[in-house]
Amino acid sequence: MLHVLDLMASFWLGQLNLKALPPNPIQWFGASLIILVPIMAAVLLTVTKRWRWLYREWITTQDPKKIGVMYILVAFGMLLRGGADVALIKTQQALSVGASNGILSASHFQQIVTAHGTIMIFFVAMGLMFGIINLILPLQIGSRDVAFPFLNATSFWLFFFGMVLVNVSLVLGDFAATGWLAYPPLSELRYSPSVGVDYWIWSLQIAGVGSLLAAINFIVTILKMRVKGMNFMKMPMFVWSVLGSMLLVAFAFPILTATLTLLALDRTLGMHFFTSGAGGNMMMYVNLIWAWGHPEVYILILPAFGVFSEVVATFSKKRLFGYTSMVWAIGAIVLLSFIVWLHHFFTMGAGSDVNAFFGIMTMVIAIPTGVKLFNWLFTMYRGRIKLDSPMLWFIGFVVIFTIGGMAGVLMAVPPIDFQLHNSLFLVAHFHMMIVGGVVFADFAAITYWFPKIFGFKLNETLGRWAFWLWLVGFLTSFIPLYILGFMGATRRLDHYSASLGWQQLFIVSGIGAALIGAGVGVQLLQFAYSIYKRKDNLDKTGDPWDGRSLEWSLPSPVPFYNFARLPEVTSRDAFWEAKKIHFKDNRKYEDIEIPKNTPLAFLIALMAFLFAFSVVWHIWWVATMALLAIIVGLIIRSMDEQTDYVLAAQEVEKLDKSHLKGARA
Amino acid sequence: MKSQTRTVAADVMVSLHQPEEATLKKYVIGFTGSLVLTFGAYLLTQYGALSKPVMIIVLAILALSQFVLQLIYFLHVGKEFSPRLKLLVTIFMVLIVFILVAGSIWIMDNLKGRMMSQSNMVKYMNSQNGL
Repeated sequence: MLHVLDLMASFWLGQLNLKALPPNPIQWFGASLIILVPIMAAVLLTVTKRWRWLYREWITTQDPKKIGVMYILVAFGMLLRGGADVALIKTQQALSVGASNGILSASHFQQIVTAHGTIMIFFVAMGLMFGIINLILPLQIGSRDVAFPFLNATSFWLFFFGMVLVNVSLVLGDFAATGWLAYPPLSELRYSPSVGVDYWIWSLQIAGVGSLLAAINFIVTILKMRVKGMNFMKMPMFVWSVLGSMLLVAFAFPILTATLTLLALDRTLGMHFFTSGAGGNMMMYVNLIWAWGHPEVYILILPAFGVFSEVVATFSKKRLFGYTSMVWAIGAIVLLSFIVWLHHFFTMGAGSDVNAFFGIMTMVIAIPTGVKLFNWLFTMYRGRIKLDSPMLWFIGFVVIFTIGGMAGVLMAVPPIDFQLHNSLFLVAHFHMMIVGGVVFADFAAITYWFPKIFGFKLNETLGRWAFWLWLVGFLTSFIPLYILGFMGATRRLDHYSASLGWQQLFIVSGIGAALIGAGVGVQLLQFAYSIYKRKDNLDKTGDPWDGRSLEWSLPSPVPFYNFARLPEVTSRDAFWEAKKIHFKDNRKYEDIEIPKNTPLAFLIALMAFLFAFSVVWHIWWVATMALLAIIVGLIIRSMDEQTDYVLAAQEVEKLDKSHLKGARA
Repeated sequence: MKSQTRTVAADVMVSLHQPEEATLKKYVIGFTGSLVLTFGAYLLTQYGALSKPVMIIVLAILALSQFVLQLIYFLHVGKEFSPRLKLLVTIFMVLIVFILVAGSIWIMDNLKGRMMSQSNMVKYMNSQNGL
């Protein structure tokens, strides 16, 4: 009888059972927080009667501006989640010395570090990047939309549900304890028998497919939807950098998808691509994952470079220095970033010829990056510099990125890398590149473009506080890690001997992390306070910073159709030139076609989530149905011929006039 | 210009430049061809009686032909609307694929060359025994 029940349970629920619930108090606490957030959101929506609003304005939307806002909201939520992981990691490392074992078990600590890395890269850095691209890219190229609005919404919801899957692992089962790239054989079934690695694989699969679709969308958008007159060499630098970054996504993410699929086949169907026996080769996994992983670094940093190119030119009141060399630098980075991947595993055992080649390539890629840095400095030279907070983020970036970059060039020398591989020196290096580079740029971008999207500026005083807390906290947190790395401290270290004398440095680093936490707190306060006091900071001109590119020619907040009349471009810095001649637009208005809202993108991504979740737990009947539902959803969508509606010219005129009147008032 | 969204979709359609049946036929050819090549490789490894070096070459040829087949029948290379741009992208793609494949072979072969084979390892360990 019991046996029959067992069989039924394993058919209906796969490997899911009560044992999947969290085993200890800290995990219970994390799990309850994760459950509490959606419950509170649901209560809030019910109390304020906003479910319909949520559905109409957000879940079914095809407007890239709204999708961009949602990306950034999710990314900020995940920044808090990843930040909570940091709090646990730093507390553990400060306490777990000698006889004391700190607050976490070794396996739980490894899970937290893995979750921190995965979340920060895939759901914070990528999320902020795609959010900003969605908000700004169509505006900068004078377009009303992206090339494929439905695909864009699907990309976002895939990203969203990838994020949900990572967080579900807090409540049901566990997460990978393998480090953020889950090297086999550790990540193989034999050494990681729980569902943790499967959660990791499938959340990245969903989010990764979303990224790939988004990249294709933005490449086509840039190639096909630029406004009349904007040839390649007249595109704003942000657009160029996004083009470079998205090309990298299109070429690199398929490698990730394939590699993760092979690992999933190993784990789920008992194959032997990367196992240590039966002909598998785990070194091939390391090779493949970094063939994706290195371009990924540049995928993140290129749009960040683009943001700074816009910010520096605007706040120096000068045109960008060395536009052509910037474009070529991006091109060089795109190509070179595919020829350096071995520097992540110099120590795997390749000969000196292989290591030397990839070491030299790594040093070469520092050159185009240096070109860009000097171009920004020359843009500032003799400019009328205004040190608003976006510019502060830029200056902080220059300091941190240069320190981190020098550390990177140092590690490009294979013999030195043999000393520093997997040490905290490396950890300090890549945090300086990704936080000091990418995240600082994203914060600059959010401050800079916030009035364009929401119609009012963020509070500057709080913005400055946030910046200084971040900068001081960041240096306090990561300079000690360089020193610890030289002393031999390895990454993912959950316990060390008291005789090593590392504890003080770990405590200093922890204090730095707390300062960063305070910085994030001030940022949240900044959002809340700026929304509360928005009447004081309204942007009525649409051009609060004296900007140079097309987005600043529009009223703030940008109407849902972006451009009432499509602009024509004859030069770089199109809006700057138009302002000089007091351009007045007397052309007629035209009908605009706008994509209709649809819940299909959300539903397809939801089915992808169900599919992934049930594969993690081996619930095959749900997986099959979800997969079928995705296919049906795609068929329904491709049969739909009426995906757009028309906004009549008179209507556009009326709306536009009222916006202009608002601007004058 | 009415709608940019329409324009892109229309461009893609125009780029195919042929009636519906011809397109359908192309997809069917591409799909069947891919299936034949994939299962061919599988059957060869399971039941084929080829020596190892010959097998590797044959498998590589099958893989490459599938790559070209999909380029022609699914991605419609050669039917493009702005040839210069597409040519650039295609060259870039071939270059990246070459870098990744050749690079991986180089790296993995180098690693293999520096590792002892299983049988040699056993021999070595036996020879060290009792010394």
